[in-house]
Amino acid sequence: MSDISFVRTEMLPEQDPPASEVGALGWAKHNLFSGVFNSILTVVSVFAIYFILAALVPWAWSPTWNATSLAECREILSGLGREGHFSGACWGVINDRWVQLFMGFYPSDYYWRPIAAFILLGVALSPVLFAEHVPAKLVWFSALYPFLMPWLLWGGSIWVPLMVLAGFVVSYAVYRFLVAQVSELISLIVAVLVAVVWWLLLMGPLSGVLASIIPIGIEAVGSRQFGGMMLSLTIGVVAIGFSLPIGIVLALGRQSDLLIVKALCVGFIEFIRGVPLITLLFVASTLLNIFMPPGTSFDIIMRVIIMATLFASAYMAEVIRGGLAALPTGQYEGADSLGLDYWQAQRLIIMPQALKISIPGIVSTFIGLFKDTTLVSVIGLLDPLGLSNGIRANAEWNGVVWELYGFIALMFFVFCFSMSRYSMYLERKLQTGHR
Amino acid sequence: MTTLTDPPQESFRLSQLIYDTRYRSMTIQIVALIGFLLLLGWLFNNTAQNLADLGKEPSFRFLGEPAGYDINQRLLEYNSQDTHLRAAFVGLLNTLVVAVLGCITATFLGVAIGVLRLSNNWVISKLMMIYVETFRNVPVLLWIVFTMAIMIETMPAPRAFKGDNPAAQMMMNDSVAVTNRGVYIPEPLFSNTLGDVHLFGAASMRFDVSLDLLALMLVLGASLWGANWFRKRADKIQEVTGDRPKTWHVRLGLIVVPTAILLYILGFHLGYPELKGFNFKGGTHFRNSLIALWLALSLYTAAFIAEIVRAGILAIDHGQSEAAAALGLRPKRIMNLVILPQALRVIIPPMISNYLNLTKNSSLAIAVGYMDLTGTLMGITLNQTGRELETVLLTMAIYLLISLSISAVMNVYNNSVKMVER
Repeated sequence: MSDISFVRTEMLPEQDPPASEVGALGWAKHNLFSGVFNSILTVVSVFAIYFILAALVPWAWSPTWNATSLAECREILSGLGREGHFSGACWGVINDRWVQLFMGFYPSDYYWRPIAAFILLGVALSPVLFAEHVPAKLVWFSALYPFLMPWLLWGGSIWVPLMVLAGFVVSYAVYRFLVAQVSELISLIVAVLVAVVWWLLLMGPLSGVLASIIPIGIEAVGSRQFGGMMLSLTIGVVAIGFSLPIGIVLALGRQSDLLIVKALCVGFIEFIRGVPLITLLFVASTLLNIFMPPGTSFDIIMRVIIMATLFASAYMAEVIRGGLAALPTGQYEGADSLGLDYWQAQRLIIMPQALKISIPGIVSTFIGLFKDTTLVSVIGLLDPLGLSNGIRANAEWNGVVWELYGFIALMFFVFCFSMSRYSMYLERKLQTGHR
Repeated sequence: MTTLTDPPQESFRLSQLIYDTRYRSMTIQIVALIGFLLLLGWLFNNTAQNLADLGKEPSFRFLGEPAGYDINQRLLEYNSQDTHLRAAFVGLLNTLVVAVLGCITATFLGVAIGVLRLSNNWVISKLMMIYVETFRNVPVLLWIVFTMAIMIETMPAPRAFKGDNPAAQMMMNDSVAVTNRGVYIPEPLFSNTLGDVHLFGAASMRFDVSLDLLALMLVLGASLWGANWFRKRADKIQEVTGDRPKTWHVRLGLIVVPTAILLYILGFHLGYPELKGFNFKGGTHFRNSLIALWLALSLYTAAFIAEIVRAGILAIDHGQSEAAAALGLRPKRIMNLVILPQALRVIIPPMISNYLNLTKNSSLAIAVGYMDLTGTLMGITLNQTGRELETVLLTMAIYLLISLSISAVMNVYNNSVKMVER
């Protein structure tokens, strides 16, 4: 009997995986057709995409960029042999009105002012956003920016923002002077009172006097001329800027052991979060003047910003409270054991960590607020959506719907999407924990 | 050795209010309270002064006066001679209708999209990602007016249904008409109706309850209870003998037969919408504004719910599904018995706030002319009576009440599914 057993003495070379497992084919097999159900889903969704694109692309592919009215658009399209209501988009309206959609009725000579304000906003934010790439001294500019921005946008005498700034300086000086003599608490209360008196009573006459002596200023632009994306950004940026500190105070108040302070904070937060923003905007447009001393009448955008700030503060407070609650108790105990007092502990230990945890929430609050600025069109301000109604009321563009809405949606999408991506980047950058 | 038997009696000094931590918190609170009361007093004082200057005494008497305007989409009987209070009540019900419809639709859509986004299928998951990002990053008001524009601009006018060769056709066996004025669907009618019960007589809050509907709900409820009892009985038999008796046909019968008998007795039939003159008559009419608001709010909120669901499912440790698979459970049961119950704990709290958001966003109805609470009380009533203070405060109070009730109810539910720690 011959020996037929066989023992291989050398290793076989590696073989390529079967053709159905690699490359495009393998990828498709795993990701698109990995079962009957999945295959059906793939086919159905490919068909859905096809139908949507087949309807959308020919409509959007329409050489009407230079048309000056809807009738002209129709003419161009019928010249191409495309008849009917949905034969093609009329992009002329975007070409004609995009500047207005960004700037509203802001005087075109002064377009540099809002543009400068928003570029400088980037500079002012850079110490926070790109801390490692910019010099640390820039933080001083960030501190001055809140006074610069309204002056650039609204114009007027330079003394008004300077006097507002002086209020802070005076208040701080009073605080430093008093704290050497009496207790911290008393000096704090007195400093706040001094600041309030300064802003309410002294600031107005003083800036008037100074302006008559040394008139420096730029042309004032009324709030009614604000509009478009610029208005949305102004309301959004100012409201979020103010709501962050107010939100922190509210969150700390909600966490505190002081019963009355806590009750006030909880009441405020729950009230604001329980009502729709639109009712608050109605308060801004109809009621706020009734709440103020007789004879006061202040600017509609200012009123909207006040209500938007209060609205955003309540949401911000909840976001920050979440961050505070996520910190382990050990951090508080550690701060206590180092002998830090309440404010030192908050400033050095608690807040930096809590704020870092809350970044996604803060950014999404901002995105939400920015989107909600479209609601001001309901009370008659001309944000992009409000402007679109005006544009359509115009004889030339009467009947244009999709192009305008599409363009506005795209503008908001670009802003909001880039913000959310940025917050993801920031989150990754500040990630210090090891996972 | 000396012992201190009597600690020195401390006398209270005024400076302790500031320096002593025992009293300092008290001081801070009193100062805060005084500040708050001062602010409140200042506001009240200003308001009273301003209203006196305008010659308007704050009063809610206008609520009893005839409203004088019509509300086109309504659940209750209402005419323009009814009071402002009645109008506000009808508006409030409209708000609740949109909120409830929207929450239900958004939940179904959102859960489906969230689960599909985790699918292995590349096309599906990318499509769902595009959906979520598109809807999340564009303002909801824009979606609402956009949907409204689609309803008005692309749907056929009622006269397109006319003639021998109509341009548009009714759908579903000539029972549903989609027009640019809204959607008409068949309405349920009863030929031997039991009539209505009128609650609250002729008051502004009067409410008609259809006895037919009540009877139907009672019978259906009893049948469901019976079916449930039957299932439990089967469970018990299974525990004792190991055999599970067949239950589905009995349970189906228990549910269907009594209801069918009741419907037959009541003479249930459908009233179809019909084209008469220039418009459809009969049937139930869902106005454009209602449909636009409902659709837009559901689609928008669904994008947020999808993200919550996805995050909730991803938050469950992979080991859980592996362990379940090791026990021999099939994928569907792993999802139902292991993953979802745990994911629900993560999902529910943010879901509550999304329901709240949807309810609050329904106030944007004012942009498309749907007469909800904002449209009636804070819209036309405010304009007609000039009572800004009263109407706006009342509207806020009602929304606050709705929000607090939703969160209270949902928190009770949250507590029932929350992890029990021992």
